[in-house]
Amino acid sequence: MSSSAELDFHTPQPDAASNKPDGPPPFESWGRYPAYQAELKHLHWQGDFPRAIDGVHHGALAVGMGRSYGDVCLLKDGTLLETTSMNRLLGFDPATGLLTAESGITLAQILDFAVPRGYFLPVTPGTKYVTLGGAIANDIHGKNHHHAGTFGCHVTQFELVRSDGRRLFCTPTENSDYYSATIGGLGLTGVITWAQLRLKPIVSRKIDYQGIQFHGIDEFLELTRQAEHNEYTVSWVDVTSTGKNFCRGIFMQGDHSQVPAPLRPSPKPKLVFPMELPGFALNGFTVGTFNALFFNKQIKKRVTTQPDYEPFFYPLDAVLKWNKMYGKRGLLQFQYAIPWEHAREGTVAILQAVAKSGLASFLAVLKAFGDVPSPGMMSFPKPGITLALDFPIKPEKSFALFDRLAQMTNEFGGRLYPAKDARMTSAQFQTFYPQWERFARYKDPALTSGLWERVVGGQLGVRGGGR
Amino acid sequence: MSTAPTPEQPLALRTERSSGNGPHAPKRILVLGATSGIAEACVRLWAARGDSLYLVARNADRLAAVAADARTRGAALVDTAVVNLDDTAAHPEMLAHAINSMGGLDIAFLALGVLGDQQQAERNFATASQILHTNFNAPVSLLTWLANYAAQRHAGTLAVLSSVAGERGRKSNYVYGSSKAGLTAFVDGLRNRIDREGVRVITIKPGPVRTAMTENMKGSAKFADVEAVAATLVKVIDKGSDVVYVPGIWRIIMAVIRAIPERIFKKLSL
Repeated sequence: MSSSAELDFHTPQPDAASNKPDGPPPFESWGRYPAYQAELKHLHWQGDFPRAIDGVHHGALAVGMGRSYGDVCLLKDGTLLETTSMNRLLGFDPATGLLTAESGITLAQILDFAVPRGYFLPVTPGTKYVTLGGAIANDIHGKNHHHAGTFGCHVTQFELVRSDGRRLFCTPTENSDYYSATIGGLGLTGVITWAQLRLKPIVSRKIDYQGIQFHGIDEFLELTRQAEHNEYTVSWVDVTSTGKNFCRGIFMQGDHSQVPAPLRPSPKPKLVFPMELPGFALNGFTVGTFNALFFNKQIKKRVTTQPDYEPFFYPLDAVLKWNKMYGKRGLLQFQYAIPWEHAREGTVAILQAVAKSGLASFLAVLKAFGDVPSPGMMSFPKPGITLALDFPIKPEKSFALFDRLAQMTNEFGGRLYPAKDARMTSAQFQTFYPQWERFARYKDPALTSGLWERVVGGQLGVRGGGR
Repeated sequence: MSTAPTPEQPLALRTERSSGNGPHAPKRILVLGATSGIAEACVRLWAARGDSLYLVARNADRLAAVAADARTRGAALVDTAVVNLDDTAAHPEMLAHAINSMGGLDIAFLALGVLGDQQQAERNFATASQILHTNFNAPVSLLTWLANYAAQRHAGTLAVLSSVAGERGRKSNYVYGSSKAGLTAFVDGLRNRIDREGVRVITIKPGPVRTAMTENMKGSAKFADVEAVAATLVKVIDKGSDVVYVPGIWRIIMAVIRAIPERIFKKLSL
């Protein structure tokens, strides 16, 4: 151990090494693409913003755990305000399950607190390592969208701080326009300092689970209909197979067990993905093999078990930093929602295009969205089918495929999820979210993001309009 | 209280209840500098196990947030005082209030301190003096009161946050380091005096820990995780050694640093 290097810890370094133009980016999104240089500051207290951006004129953005995939949590040459140390619990009512917390708290930290007290998240994504603020800003959804709607449906109030120092108390009835613009508002309407969330009661950590094999989109749709009453449904679909195995998958449904059982906190994960794999490690063969193994892991047509909620909701959280599996170049996610009118044909066409391209994808997740409306102005889900795919980045090939898939999504009347996007064009964004101009009225002039600069950018002159 | 007591007088206290026994008896814990990163992380753990807390810090909004968190996690009692601990004249009243509020005192955790601006302190004695006052004079004042209180009752634990930076002066932070060196010597001496009275005195020497205080330092991403440090501290404050290095590796690192001959050390850029 070099003790002299260790001892540098008290040297004030106003210009951290990470600010060198050629250094590694100080903050990455989960896809690790694009890689932008930015200044990284930390918000520790609710009063830190807007003071933290005094003298900042190049745009700023509050960010959390960096679990969104593309550039919605990045800002080229801007100032990122990392919120994860602003993670205090501010209040909890055990009778109603209303929890108030600062916005940098993670869903994992909320679960550690809530589960032993008999409560669970009303909506949870596929990772618990996201912040409360990020969950609101991206109006995230989960396996119970068809019952519970989006995360924002359960956010009863929050404080939004604007760069001019105004502190807005937002509820569905008070400052309701800012409430609506901030849910799904991609962090652009101000900084959420704290929020109140309505948790749901549970009596057990267990999930009553069924996994059912399906072959083809019609079997998937039939299973979706049959599982209408199950709280959680999601499917894994094999996007590498063609012919008779095309669109085969496993339909997974679950409900919280109603049999009371001990509500212990979860153990901490210990596995960390050890290194970046070289680009060739993920190819058609390895991914096809993975998909076949995953499908055949479940030998029987139907499997009934009672897993803990951790592997049911967060199978990938068991390995920290699993995104390094995709190597230096990172990965792209692609997620659409296509309304029922064209959902079937759109999904088949897109799955065919993906299978034909031979560009591997490990994780393809298929789900039917329900019709619970979100309070969020810019919320992504809409009733229909959603499909999420990820690809290792192979510049020419995967970008061309992506652009084609985005175009197809548009043709089928669907839209893409900003939290998982790094490629959609300005015209596409504005078609997917025609309400964007109304939304822009609530945008904070000092805040912007990589995504916003890409899809709206100069049209509003936002970058110049800072403090 | 109308007039502040002089150091010779005892603190103005009401009748106390006994602290209770048994393995999970709630502790009555006074946290001085409760909004510091390490203190707050300890507060969360104490609160979660149902201890009583009296939290002192100078920023009212920040203290309110830390207190709300402690209440939500399940502390038996959370009381706060907004006090600038640089004001040593305010110490006796604040301490009496804290002890009265909790009905006694089992643990006092002193986490007040500033890193300060070394370069400015090199040019300006006022800056250096301010660092020494906050990191040395103020804790000495608090410990004088607390030590006499605890020694009289033959009970209690005084846990003091010093730093590995106090073990050898280095050009990059010797003002901060010397304040901590002084504090370490004071606390070690105090232990020598009142350990025999049944008062535990613990010198805590953290290595670099990732908190608000250290976030602008080079390499801060690799510093120790504050939650892990707090978990260790809560354990050793309950039952542990006199001098604690966290993380433990710093006991060895500092042994090496101390062993470097001065004629070499003075040429190093540390």
